Formats: sequence, structure tokens, C-alpha cells
Amino acid sequence: MSRNYLPHWLHWLGSPPNFYRFAGAVRPWLLAAALVTAVIGLYGGLVLAPPDRYQGDAYRIIFIHVPSAWMSLFIYATMAVAGLIALVWRIKLAEVVAMECAPIGAAFALITLLTGSLWGRPMWGTWWTWDARLTSELVLFFIYLGVIGLYNAFEDRRRGARAASLLALVGVVDLPIVHYSVVWWNTLHQGSTIVLTGKHSLFGASPEIALSMLWPLLVMALATHLYFFASILGRTRVGLLSLESGKQWVRNLVAEPDA
Amino acid sequence: MAGTAPLTAHAVPAAREVARPANAFAACRALLRRDFTLAWRRRGELFLPLLYAVIVAALFPFALGPDPQLLGRIAGGVLLVIVVLAMLPALESMFRTDLDDGTLEQWLLAPQPLALLALTRVIAHWLTTVLPLIVVMPLLGALLDLRVDVLPVLMLALLLATPLLVLLGAVLSALAAGARRSGILLALMLLPLAVPVVIFAAGAIAAAQSGMPYLAPLTWLAAALVLAIVLAPLACAAALRIAVES
Repeated sequence: MSRNYLPHWLHWLGSPPNFYRFAGAVRPWLLAAALVTAVIGLYGGLVLAPPDRYQGDAYRIIFIHVPSAWMSLFIYATMAVAGLIALVWRIKLAEVVAMECAPIGAAFALITLLTGSLWGRPMWGTWWTWDARLTSELVLFFIYLGVIGLYNAFEDRRRGARAASLLALVGVVDLPIVHYSVVWWNTLHQGSTIVLTGKHSLFGASPEIALSMLWPLLVMALATHLYFFASILGRTRVGLLSLESGKQWVRNLVAEPDA
Repeated sequence: MAGTAPLTAHAVPAAREVARPANAFAACRALLRRDFTLAWRRRGELFLPLLYAVIVAALFPFALGPDPQLLGRIAGGVLLVIVVLAMLPALESMFRTDLDDGTLEQWLLAPQPLALLALTRVIAHWLTTVLPLIVVMPLLGALLDLRVDVLPVLMLALLLATPLLVLLGAVLSALAAGARRSGILLALMLLPLAVPVVIFAAGAIAAAQSGMPYLAPLTWLAAALVLAIVLAPLACAAALRIAVES
């Protein structure tokens, strides 16, 4: 019996009214934790961490930029997994979760592009360059927009969710291909890309990042994850309410909001 | 209407169906014949992409000035983009009419694999709407002062890239078939998928223009095409099931 505890709990959670109550109970705690960790991370990053030897204070944008970039990929993976579950097992909750992931992911992708552009202006002297990472992030943003657009183009929301989930899965195959083809393209057109590898070698081959800079970054990554979980729970609650608006549990909820 | 009805995949004479049921090859042949007949009956529409391509190609010299050297340098990439854009409007209606008149439901009920029927539709679509674009490329190349020795590479790149784009576009078109409106949505969805295709096709053209070996990007395109011929019809079939059901 105890071995079946987790599957049983997941099955219980898959039911919209149960999920609605569970998400409502958990969400405030997640949101509070996200706020606290964000304050700690930003204090550590903007006040405690020393200025960079080469970039001065301008590098501090990474405490927003890098966690957002991580989140834009993490949320895409979440959306694709939920979309796969929605397509294979037709679970209503998975459809709602996948579709509510898309706007959050698009927002993080947009933040990544905007902060990167703001940072690029003083550092590289240009707002935009067709580097592999930038182009891939832009394409990721477009895939998010495509998923949102396709979902909203359907009258029947469940059918739209399944179509958009399939599009999200197509994007999983497409994104690595885009990334590597742009890398190949850039080696063909040698340009100003070396500057970029200098930036990213910070986190790549030679992780010369100081501990005083690393810990605020990791705390900010935790904060954005917590914020995402809080946000997806809240959005899914609303999505479930509107999808199930004719059902008895929603009527009961409307009749007695506190029950 | 009466002219098109006997041409559906299911209108094979009854005696033959009893004798040899579920012959996939015969079904594909019937589908090809139906699509070609429909395309021929509406042959005026087939000229629209051509007209679009000629108009856009003719606008470039006016916008950039008639300098042959400048035009020759950008001609390859410009023609590639023109072909991709000219393909877009036709892609949208690839499955739309068949969904509206119930033909797609017959596809789903048919004993033949849905992916095979979708692949047949892709072949018919490419032959009727995209091949004419490639045929007029020498003319458009002359308009934009494309170097004569680059033209064969451009044609070869297009011959590999456009079937790939139609295969990818078929998946998206099937996804969007059940939606209320798609127009610009299809372009938005196709962009991420088209980026690698355009990069490799343009890479081959740029290499040919600068006298470098251009075979590598072309073989990459060919490899991607082979992969897409196998995988895209399966994804397209899944998308068609979503479009038809419920």
C-alpha cells in the first residue's frame, strides 16, 4: 500500500477540483519564498558582489539575464513534457499546464532578449548581433508566440491545446537544429562573435567566476524557479476554472467561496 | 462538384475494391490524380505565386538601385526568400478545403496509412505550386543579375530546400487547419522551422558565389530532406487526427 502512495497522490492531484484546492494552498508560500530569495539574491548581486575587473558594474545585469535565460529553457521543457502527457494520456490538467506555461516562458525569453540587448550596447557597442545564442533565444521566443497563437486560434480550447502541444514538441526537435545550424553559419561568416565567447567563457570552459558573484546568481535562479511554480499554479487554477465553468464543483465554489 | 466526386480515393470502382482491397499504391495514385485534376480546374490560381515572385523580384532593383554588382551579390539570398514567401499562402489551404468538405474524415477511415496519404498530398502540392516557382528561377535570376554559374547551385538548393519546407509546412498547415484563422499564424510557426533550411540553402549559394566548395551544405539539406520524408508525414498524420476529431 505504501508503495502506491505517490502514484495514488498524483492521480488524486490530476482531478481538477483537487488540483484547484492544492494549488490555492501552496501558491502563497511559493510566492513568499520567491520574494524572499529574490531580495536576498538581488542584494547579494547588486550590493555585496564586487564590480567586475573588465566590465565594471555593467555585468550585474547577469543576475537578471542569466536566470531568465535558464528559465526560458526550463519552462519550455516543462511545457513540452506537459504537452506530451496531454497528447498521450489526454489529461485535461496537463493540457492546461502546458498552455499556461507558454506566456510565462515567452515573458522570460523576452526579458532575456531585452536585458541582453541592454548589456550588449555598452559592452559590444551594438544592440543586436546574429550570434548563435541570441538567434536561438529569438527563435525560442517565436516558438512560444506560435504556441500561444495556435492555442488561441481554436474555438474549442481542448483541441487548441492539443494542437499547440504538438507544435511545442516539434519545437523540441527544432531548437537544437536551429542552434547548431546558426553556429555553423557563424563559423562560415567569421565576425564579431569572439567577443561573445569571451562573455560566455565566464560560465563555460573556464568558470573563472568568483564565489561572491556565483552565489547571488544561484539564489536568483532559485527565486525565478519558485516564482515560475507559483505563477503556473495560479494560472492553472484560473485556466481550470474557465475550462470547467459548467461543472458542478465550480458552481459549488461560486455558491460558497469559502467551502 | 459532380466532376470532382468520382475522383476521391474512395471512388475506385467497387468490383476492384472487392477483388483487391486496401491497395495503398492505388489509393495514392487516385489521390494524386484527384489533386492534379483539381489543380488543373483552378489553373488560374497556380499563377498567383509566380506573379507574386516576379513582382517582388522586380521591386528590388527599384528599391536598391539598378547597380548590377550589388544586385548580383544579393540575388541568391533574395530569390531564396522570395520563394519561401511565395510558398506561404498556398501552404495555408493545403488541408483546409478537405477538412471542410469531410474528405479528411474519409482519409482517417481509409484502410491506407494516414501518413502515406499525407505524403502523397505533399508531393502533389509541391509539384503543382512550388515546382513552377523553381522553373521560372532563371528568368528571375536574369532580372536580378544573378551570375550564370551560380544559377545551377541556386536551382539545386531550391530543389532540396522547397520539398523540405513543404513537408514541414504540411505539419503546421494540418495543425492550423482546425483553427478559425491562420494566415500570419502559419508564417509565425514556419519561421523557426525555416531558419535552418534557409541557412543551409543560402550557405550553398554564398559558397558558390565566392568560388568555394558548396557541396557540404547541399548534402546537409539532402540529409534533412530524407529525414523529413520519413518523420514529417507521421507528425502530419498526428496533426490531422487532432484537426478532425472532437
